[in-house]
Formats: sequence, structure tokens, C-alpha cells
Amino acid sequence: MDYIGSLILIAVSAALINNYVLHYFVGICPFLGVSRRVDMAFGMGCAVTFVITIASFLSWALTQFILRPGAPLAAWVAGWFVDAQTAARVDLSILSYIAYIFVIASSVQFVEMYVRKFFPALYKSFGVYLPLITTNCAILFACLYIMKHIVGVGPAERWGAGEALTLAVAAGLGFTLAIVIMAGIREELDHCDVPAPFRGAGITLLVAGILAMAFTGFAGMGANLEAMLHPPADAAHQAAAAPAPPAAAQRVAADSGDRGGTRQDAPDSGGAPDDATAHTAATSSRGQRSPQGASGP
Amino acid sequence: MLDVLIALAPVAAMGVYVFGWYAVKQIGVCVLSCLAAEAIFTAMRRRRATLGDLSAVVTGAILAFSLPATCPIYVAVIASFAAIGLGKVVFGGLGGNVFNPAMVGRAFAMLAFTKQLAAQAYVDAGAGVHALTQATPLTAHEAGGPVASLADLFWGTTNGCVGETSAIACLVGGLYLCLRRTASWELPAAAIATVAVIAGGINLANPAAEWTVLHHLLGGALLLGAFFIITDPVSTPLTRKGKLLYGVGFGALVMLIRTLSNYPEGVMFSVLLMNAVTPLINRWTIPAPLGGRQASG
Repeated sequence: MDYIGSLILIAVSAALINNYVLHYFVGICPFLGVSRRVDMAFGMGCAVTFVITIASFLSWALTQFILRPGAPLAAWVAGWFVDAQTAARVDLSILSYIAYIFVIASSVQFVEMYVRKFFPALYKSFGVYLPLITTNCAILFACLYIMKHIVGVGPAERWGAGEALTLAVAAGLGFTLAIVIMAGIREELDHCDVPAPFRGAGITLLVAGILAMAFTGFAGMGANLEAMLHPPADAAHQAAAAPAPPAAAQRVAADSGDRGGTRQDAPDSGGAPDDATAHTAATSSRGQRSPQGASGP
Repeated sequence: MLDVLIALAPVAAMGVYVFGWYAVKQIGVCVLSCLAAEAIFTAMRRRRATLGDLSAVVTGAILAFSLPATCPIYVAVIASFAAIGLGKVVFGGLGGNVFNPAMVGRAFAMLAFTKQLAAQAYVDAGAGVHALTQATPLTAHEAGGPVASLADLFWGTTNGCVGETSAIACLVGGLYLCLRRTASWELPAAAIATVAVIAGGINLANPAAEWTVLHHLLGGALLLGAFFIITDPVSTPLTRKGKLLYGVGFGALVMLIRTLSNYPEGVMFSVLLMNAVTPLINRWTIPAPLGGRQASG
């Protein structure tokens, strides 16, 4: 149950809360280039989802077995040449970028051959954007995100294949969602009298900005979801401890990402006349909610 | 548009009654700057001035109702210019806007002026206005503070945004709109029913909670949003099925953001998110023409 819970958390976080396009702003190039028609956008979303899944899984395997410090395969090979002590310390993670790009490029080749054979019309309409998935930073971002959870964390927190696959599929679905929404809006915009300087990329970026504003509404949901899925065993213990359990705090930091500014207005909302301890307990048990927003719409 | 203004009159009256000069100032500033923005931007496009259609007045009024009474003048002015400029003129003026202009302006202001629109900003103990001395009901609820009484929420003698406090005023104005057929009843009905069902589910799961279904319905900006914001005919679906879908999605998102995200209230984000998927809803709910074949999915 714990495992399923964390998978759900990873999925919701990658697809909605930290949507790759609308929160991290990666993968903008196909997002702007192929969002003119809904069916094309959906095809692009599927292609990216497919590539991101394959590439993430392969790069997870690469990182886990070869690239990370103390990886079994690398240590075994190094064991032929040096003593076991030194072999266990072999760290190939500097090669990660090259390895990931290689993996991504070959998965894109695979998709390209498949699409060309079975969906020639779609292949035509994608044009240059299909091979350009190789340079889609959303995919490299997913690979690096997975690497961050393998290299430099303890063995207990290290991500397995399940987590990596969940992240990849959810990130791809989030990308598809964003690009399909954008395509729907852009089809509508064809009938609008958009000022000449804004036509094309200008209005698209503006709409993307408004969409990103709308998606900030999900901010902090990860922490609260986590608090709900893993209810704190002992509320009193938590009140005595730090304002938030470390895991939740970390999650909040990860969620809010670069939007650090919003986190400065601390959770004491001034108005609640209950005593401070109870207040802290209440806030921390819900995963440090800071009522930064208005109660307004 | 005149109908909408008539329907907004009770909301404005309650706002002035509860917040006094703060509300008068807020509504005046927002309406005047929306009119000014509309005049300036249409002049820049060398189009005929469109002040006569009163849509800028409605946008200004709704924007004012969704800002806290204590909100500084410059924030209100910037929000108004963002509403008309980013929300409407860029899309080609009234009829082309994909998003609700007032909510675009408010989201812009909310993310640009986090401090001025944070939960603490609602409280101004030295204002001499009783409502402004307490935290807003939803903020107090999030922080685990005292629960506002239903009567206060119903009549509107609580803190909050200028137009959101009074449930009765929103109901009166909203029913007028629906009876006049200016707003389609499907949208508020579906939205309120969805919130009631989800809040009821939460209540059943946790019967001891003091924050009941009625609190969810009467508190916050739900009624203001359901009757006045999502009933904007431009940015909502065209068919009855689409409207019902929109309402259900809106209600579900409001409850999702209220219960799980960092923000106490989710009406603004939900409106923007549902506006974003409106083109897709329209696409999927094209009605079969009379006598024509049934649409095949």
C-alpha cells in the first residue's frame, strides 16, 4: 500500500502538479510547433509519451546497473583490472548525459520507423518535429530526474523500475494533456481577431503563460496528498518536532520549485486566535500548508 | 450585459454594507481602470471604441468582487489592465477571449503580488470595519481555527473578497440571471451539485468535521463563481451537455484545490482550467443536426 501510494504521488506530481510543460517549462519546442491541430497534437503527445517511457526505462537500467557509483556491472568489469576495493568505487555518472542522449536518440529512431510505416499521414504532418523529439528537453529532463533519485541517495530511497516507469508515463501524459489543451485553444484562436504582432508564436506563448498560471493552483498538492496517504502516526510527536516532517518539507521544496517567493509568507495566518502550538500541529499534520492564497476566487 | 450588472447590484450592495468605503473604492478603481484599459487598448489597435457594450464594466465589477477589500489601489489597477489586455484585447476583444478576463487579471495579480493578496493581507485590524478584523472563513478553517457560523456565511458578515462573503446576495443575483436566461442554469446547477456531492462524501467519511457541506457551499467564492464567473457565455461551452460537463469539472476542481492544494480557495484556478478545456469540450459535444445522423462519438 505504501508503495502504491508513493507511485500515485509520483504520477500525480509529474502529470499535474509539476506538469513538465507548464511548471518546469521543458518541452516547449513541440508544444509550440505541433499544437496547431488537436489530432496532430495528440499524435505528438503519444509519440513523446512512448519515447519518454522507453528512454526513461533504459536510462534507469543504465544508471542503476552501470553508471551510478558502486553499480554492479561497472564494478564487475573493473574488478578484472583493479582490486575489489577500488572497483566498488567506480563512478561512471559523468557519462550520464552522453548515455541518455544515445538512448533517447535510438528510441526516437524506433518511433520514427514505426510511425512512417503505419501512419504515413501523421509522419508527413509531423515533419521535422518527429526527429526533433530527440532534442525534446522534457525527455532528457525525465531521465535526469530519475538519475537524481538513483545517484546520491541512500539505497532505501533509490528508485526502482516501477517508480521510473510511473514517472515517465505520467510525465508523458501530462505533456499530452498540455499540448492537446493548447491545440484546442489554438484551433479556437483561428477564428479570433488576434492583433497582428501577436499572431503565431506570440499568442501561443501568452496562452501558455495563462495556462501556467492556472496550473499553479495545484501548488503544494503533493505534500498534502502525501500527508493524506501516509497519515502521521503521532501528531503530538510531530508538534514537538520541526514545523513539518522532513519528508513533507522536502516534498514542499520540490513542489514549489523555483517559486520560492510564495513560500516566504509563513503559515501563521495571523487571524486564527488559537494558541501557537495547536496551530503548528494542525498545519504540520496536513503537510505544512501555508494559506498563501486568498480565500477569493 | 446590463442584466449582469443588475444581477451584480445586490452583491455590490452587500459588499458596501459589509466593507464600507473599502468596497466603494475597490469597485470604483477596478471599473474605471478596466474602462480606461479598454479605451487605451482599442485605440492602440485603431478599432472603434467598445466601451458601450458594458463588458469592461462587468469585468471590472467581477474583478473588484474577487479582490480583498484591503487590496492596494495599484494592485487593482494592474489587475484590471492585465484583465482587459491579457485576457481580452489580445484575443481580439469581446467574443474571442478564451479565458474569463477578470480571472486572468486576478491570477496575474495574485502571482505578481503574492504578499498583497496573501491570506494575511485580508486582515486589517485598524480599519474600523468589523469584518476586516478576522481571518477569512476558509483561511481560518485551513489553519484549524474556529469555524464560521452558517448565518454569518449566509448573510455575508465575514471577511473575504468584496463580493464573495454574502451567499444570499449571490443567490438573489444569480437566480435573476438564470430566470432572465442571461446565464444558463446548467452551469451553476451542475457546479453546486458537484461540490455538494463531493463535500457530502468528505463529510460522510469524517462525520465529526465542523466544516460541513453547507459551509463548503456558502463559504468562499463558490456561489459568486458559479453564478457570475462561469456563466460568462464567451468562455464556456455552447451545448447543454458541454455546460453540464463544464459545471461538474469546475465543482470537482474547486473541491480538489480546496482540500488538497496550498490555496484555501480554488474558484479562480478552476475557472481558468475549465476555460482551457472548453474548446475540447465543445469539440466532443457537437450536437447531431436535426434530422441528421447521430454523431458517431
